[in-house]
Amino acid sequence: MSDSPILETVGISKTFPGVKALQGVDFRLFPGEIHTLMGQNGAGKSTLINVLTGVHAYDAGEIRLGGQPVQFDTPLEAEAAGIRTLYQEVNLCPNLSVAENVFAGRHLKRRGAIDWKTIHARAEAALAELNVSLDVTRSLDAYPIAVQQMVAIARAVSVDARVLILDEPTSSLDDGEVARLFDVLRKLKQSGIGILFVTHFLEQTYAVSDRITVMRNGEREGEYLAKDLPVEELVAKMVGHARMTERLKRAATEAPTPVDAAPPLFEMRGVGRRGLMNPIDLDVRPGQILGLAGLLGSGRTETAKLLFGAEKSDAGTMLAGTKRVKMRSPHDAVRHGIGYCPEDRKKEGIVADLSIRENIVFALQARRGWWRAISKAKQREMADEYIKMLGIKARDAETPIGLLSGGNQQKALLARWLATEPKMLILDEPTRGIDVAAKFEIMDRVLALCAKGLGMLFISSEVSEVVRVSHRIAVLRDRRKVAEVAGNAVTEDQVYQLIAGGEQ
Amino acid sequence: MKAIKAALQHSLAWPALTLVLLIVLDVAHRADFLAITMLDGHLFGAPIDILNRAAPLVIVSLGMTLVIATRGIDISVGAVVAIAGAAAATILADAPSQVLLAVGAALAVGLAAGVWNGLLVAFVGMQPIIATLILMVAGRGVAQLLTGGQIIPIGAPGYLVLGGGFLARLPCAVWAAMAVTAATAILMSRTALGLFIRAIGVNPVATRLVGLRASAIVFSVYVFSGLTAAIAGVLMSSNVRSADGNNAGLLLELDAILAVTLGGTSLTGGKFSLAGTVLGALIIQTLTYTTYSIGVPPEATLVVKAIVVLLVSVIQSATARAFVVRHVRRALAFAQTKPVSEAAK
Repeated sequence: MSDSPILETVGISKTFPGVKALQGVDFRLFPGEIHTLMGQNGAGKSTLINVLTGVHAYDAGEIRLGGQPVQFDTPLEAEAAGIRTLYQEVNLCPNLSVAENVFAGRHLKRRGAIDWKTIHARAEAALAELNVSLDVTRSLDAYPIAVQQMVAIARAVSVDARVLILDEPTSSLDDGEVARLFDVLRKLKQSGIGILFVTHFLEQTYAVSDRITVMRNGEREGEYLAKDLPVEELVAKMVGHARMTERLKRAATEAPTPVDAAPPLFEMRGVGRRGLMNPIDLDVRPGQILGLAGLLGSGRTETAKLLFGAEKSDAGTMLAGTKRVKMRSPHDAVRHGIGYCPEDRKKEGIVADLSIRENIVFALQARRGWWRAISKAKQREMADEYIKMLGIKARDAETPIGLLSGGNQQKALLARWLATEPKMLILDEPTRGIDVAAKFEIMDRVLALCAKGLGMLFISSEVSEVVRVSHRIAVLRDRRKVAEVAGNAVTEDQVYQLIAGGEQ
Repeated sequence: MKAIKAALQHSLAWPALTLVLLIVLDVAHRADFLAITMLDGHLFGAPIDILNRAAPLVIVSLGMTLVIATRGIDISVGAVVAIAGAAAATILADAPSQVLLAVGAALAVGLAAGVWNGLLVAFVGMQPIIATLILMVAGRGVAQLLTGGQIIPIGAPGYLVLGGGFLARLPCAVWAAMAVTAATAILMSRTALGLFIRAIGVNPVATRLVGLRASAIVFSVYVFSGLTAAIAGVLMSSNVRSADGNNAGLLLELDAILAVTLGGTSLTGGKFSLAGTVLGALIIQTLTYTTYSIGVPPEATLVVKAIVVLLVSVIQSATARAFVVRHVRRALAFAQTKPVSEAAK
């Protein structure tokens, strides 16, 4: 590690409409180190990366590369200066060959024609540097995501790279693949490249980092050597003050209301669809949370969509109370008093360009029909009420919802359904990609609503969360229900055993 | 300075500015361009003439705006104009006094065309451009069948008033355009349709998942577009006193799409601006007027029009604007390098 930073920011500030995304951030990256940027959602990590790579212009401050002030107006300029970035999703062309991907846009030519021989040889060499050997003439999609990521890295560092920025590169990798990626990073670091790494995973941070910079609310909280910063302290610094609320603590310890206390609000009897989900029996009761636990692809979201009518079932019967009902479309489900916060908030939930107000009244207005418009005054009143009640952080109700952070978007979606006064809510991964503080806050609100008699189907890939809040837990495996257990009668480990295929 | 900046960020700033520039150009060329005189109790003058001629385009473009806002497009409007005119002319040829019936038939034909498009797009699930392409091509055929391949002259005085007459000093067509604009605006702001249409354009998946029957809304915007095209068809056939299955409303769909885009509504759907669309249609008509009045040779008119449209579109593009802003800022930063770094110390 040398003494002078390769990449440095001094007092960088950036304001988006209504939000101070970065305020006077100082950041240093030294050559030959792996430096991790930590912080909750909305702390300013992505903005800082975007400023460093020329995606966003900044309002004040200075960026120095190798001690010299620089200004990047486009990502291309940053790339030309040796700052290479890998984004969360692999940005390569899966239909092209590995070698073409490594050299896309800078094809070596010989006598006017592309010199494939040299390209293949160099691509192989670039990958060999990273201890990866592949057939570089095969198309990229022949390889798993992890390998594609290596190819992306090879592409990034193959020519004069000084800084490598990795924005959550591990979110789609399994443990073995992560370990391999880290080997590559350690190798790269020895060649003197400065590596800036952004992740949400604490273990991974400690596995590779030399240095950690913590961001909070658009400011730099501090810079630490990884070995000097215990993990508990790191979390405390990221979160600031957030603690589990009393209600969440109680939910984790207190006995749930007896399972059979109230008749079910909604019941699925053998509801399924061929190729999507095996027939399943579920019932949701008022004032109770039914948790769905299972691995990715076990049929959690599919179950939710069948119940909500977003996917049509071809088997079984659905009951609302004691009455048989058909859920042919979300329209039917909403009419029966079901609300659904989908897993993919951006694609299926928010209407990004519309205001928070419009997003909140949307479901209620959809149920009333186009003719019976809710007056602007009433809309504003409703929006303000929910913004206050759920603690949505925004300048005002007219802010486009797309500008909010993930947690606030999720709260607005919650508000959208609460406005319809539903009997039951389906929450599919309501806390995914949301920082710890907002997560607790959202789950706290959910529990409060439940206490008032709302039924809830709760889906989360975090088993600990399911166990913590659910009155009952249905465990899914391979698109069928394999067990149903009382929420506080089991531990996280027991649920994991059920998911993995152990007996109850 | 701040006020100007804020004004320029308003979505209607650029179309309004374009229109003003065109008018300035006209006034520079002919000082009495804006003069409006009273003749026989009617208003006359270049602005009135432009409004009158722009009226059918304004009406069609309003329908097009809503279609485009739902991520769709309706390229059959020109053909629907022709069918509607032909339907009215055929009835009037037999019974010149049945003006109401003729107008009713024209509007009914437009509604039917819209229903057809709407069914194909919203319920059959066809791509809007393909679905409406069918009627764009077939519609001309239908119009020619109705007119027997001939240009049918229209002589019924009651009908001719619609596109050529005056009401309370203004041309009837201008009144019609104002009425359709007002009706559309009220429909969008007083009911929830405006919200639903925008939501469908921004995120159709989310729209379905709040339980909205989006297909019904999409269907109805095509019906509305058919209706507006039929109204335009009545005005246009009345104005030229004939129905021509071949040429009535030819390429009108392109002008309408252009008017919508000039008005700041994105072809990718979502947010739309009715006022912008009206401005866009007025820009197109004023531009046509200007090229003729300043003496651009007829053979060069289309090229001049294309250049102006290109300029306006480039100005409106966020990417192009960002490019300009960036380079201006860089030039400024370069000029001020020294004072800034000293101030920093």
